[in-house]
Amino acid sequence: MAKYIIKRILYLIPVLIGVTLLVFFIMHLAPGNVAQIILGDNATPDQIAQLEKEMGLDQPVIVQYFRYLTGLLHGNLGNSYTTGASVTSEIMARFPYTIRLTVVAAVFSVILALPLGILAAVRQNTWVDSVSMIFSLIGVSMPIFWLALMLILIFALKLGWFPVYGADSFKSIILPAVSLGFMNMASIARTTRSAMVETIRQDYIRTAYSKGLSEREVIMRHAFRNGMLPTITVIGLEIGQMLGGSVLTETVFAWPGVGRLMIQAINGRDTPTVMGCIILMTVCFALVNLAVDLLYGVFDPRVRTMYR
Amino acid sequence: MRNENPQLPPGAEKKKSRFGDTWKRLAENKAAMAGLFFLLFLIFMALTADLFFDYQKSCVDLNIASRLQWPSAEHWFGTDEFGRDMFARVVFGSRISLSIGFAAVAFGLFIGGIMGAVSGYFGGAIDNIIMRLCDIFLAVPMMLMAIVIVAALGTSILNLVIALAISCVPIFARIVRSAVLSVRDAEYVEAARAIGGKTGHIIFRYILPNCIGPIIVQTTLRIAATISNIAALSFIGLGVQAPRPEWGALLSGGRNFIRDSSYLATIPGICIMLTILSLNLLGDGLRDALDPRLR
Repeated sequence: MAKYIIKRILYLIPVLIGVTLLVFFIMHLAPGNVAQIILGDNATPDQIAQLEKEMGLDQPVIVQYFRYLTGLLHGNLGNSYTTGASVTSEIMARFPYTIRLTVVAAVFSVILALPLGILAAVRQNTWVDSVSMIFSLIGVSMPIFWLALMLILIFALKLGWFPVYGADSFKSIILPAVSLGFMNMASIARTTRSAMVETIRQDYIRTAYSKGLSEREVIMRHAFRNGMLPTITVIGLEIGQMLGGSVLTETVFAWPGVGRLMIQAINGRDTPTVMGCIILMTVCFALVNLAVDLLYGVFDPRVRTMYR
Repeated sequence: MRNENPQLPPGAEKKKSRFGDTWKRLAENKAAMAGLFFLLFLIFMALTADLFFDYQKSCVDLNIASRLQWPSAEHWFGTDEFGRDMFARVVFGSRISLSIGFAAVAFGLFIGGIMGAVSGYFGGAIDNIIMRLCDIFLAVPMMLMAIVIVAALGTSILNLVIALAISCVPIFARIVRSAVLSVRDAEYVEAARAIGGKTGHIIFRYILPNCIGPIIVQTTLRIAATISNIAALSFIGLGVQAPRPEWGALLSGGRNFIRDSSYLATIPGICIMLTILSLNLLGDGLRDALDPRLR
């Protein structure tokens, strides 16, 4: 298992380098002169040339890339084009907010999705099944930002239960987290249901029943643990989705996280900040997927023995 | 997800009966049929919008006298802040959302399909390079990748299609690759090779038709996801720009009036949701209809 973990972590390195290379070159396709953008329209060509030289923008892209990569390895993501502040510190100031939002949304979605999916599977083809599956189908089809607006309309503007935007109180995280987690809740519930439907038809489940265990024990101890594998994979993928979705939720709710920072940076043509946000979210996504693979070992002894 | 007996040669007659068989089982699935009919209705509306509505009047001209009217018999979906009929704008919007959605997925399927087929058929170093490239693309959450590409290339419909197509390329490449791997060594492929068939011919004539099931299902679901992503990009200002009435752009415009004219944000959202729901229902139905285990 240790060998497997090390192998997986080592494999992350080339992928992440590939991501930086890809994003760096895509961002370089952007039209417009960076020095001109920073200095404004009144800058003279001399000033622009001067700044380009200072920032190393007069060098070939590949040289610029390697300089960026060297900085990255030292935890330095460069300076923002718009504020001049260090990108690393700007992102780190906002990162806790995104983490908090994603974690609350993930917990919300998993807590709701698992019982929903299991119940639907156990009561397959009854009204319980239909209701929970229609509910999750609608959930999967609902655009995050629209749900966010509807939640604001109903719970903030009409009922006044929660604030419309901001991140000042405990209450203010509820609506953003629900809107971010709802879609993922729905798709986790769907996966759980189909995995459980297959699992409860297995011979060992019949054996468990026939040795006199109660339904609760059979479902929780025998079916659930075996049916969890596809669900875990989907939860991992969904957390990645949430990192992407946080861009939308944070924009709607003016949540001061990395997603909103990224949109502001895009509008301000602030390449280093955009790069930093993308790299950070990609690293998070990769770590979540790594965690998922490791959890496989916890839930499935077969995986564990494979890498012993 | 395999849905075909690889030992059967893909004769024309066999294919026809398979199509009929799949269709029959799809037709029995009420939810999938409801989804299909809603989509056909939407496509019909999008194609014939000009017969019922005047684009100039509903999407460009301003008519301040009738601004922000709630839905009524005259204006089914109300009017926007410039007095334009929302129903007409939503119908014209379906044209944009659907065509970008279909175009982006078709483009992504084409590129991803070729990459996957080459990867699966040849294996070895080519396979390794293509799949590692896909790993890199898939390492970035899809929405973020689309945002970065549009941000770099600039906001235009073509760039939107490119960005969304690129974000589905690796997914299709993986699916087609695994489908190709599962039939690559089948006897009829070997036979085609033995009689001197060219590689491209073998891939397109013998291999791809026999792994079409998962590809169709994934295409349907990808179109749903892409339409949602178009709306999301427009919503944050990186997608379709005013005055074009794309659904996400309509929703974004309605956001400013949510307190008193909530229908402006509600209605386009419902349209997006119904479209995605229909595609999901159809996709699920196709998956079941194409699954040999349920036959």
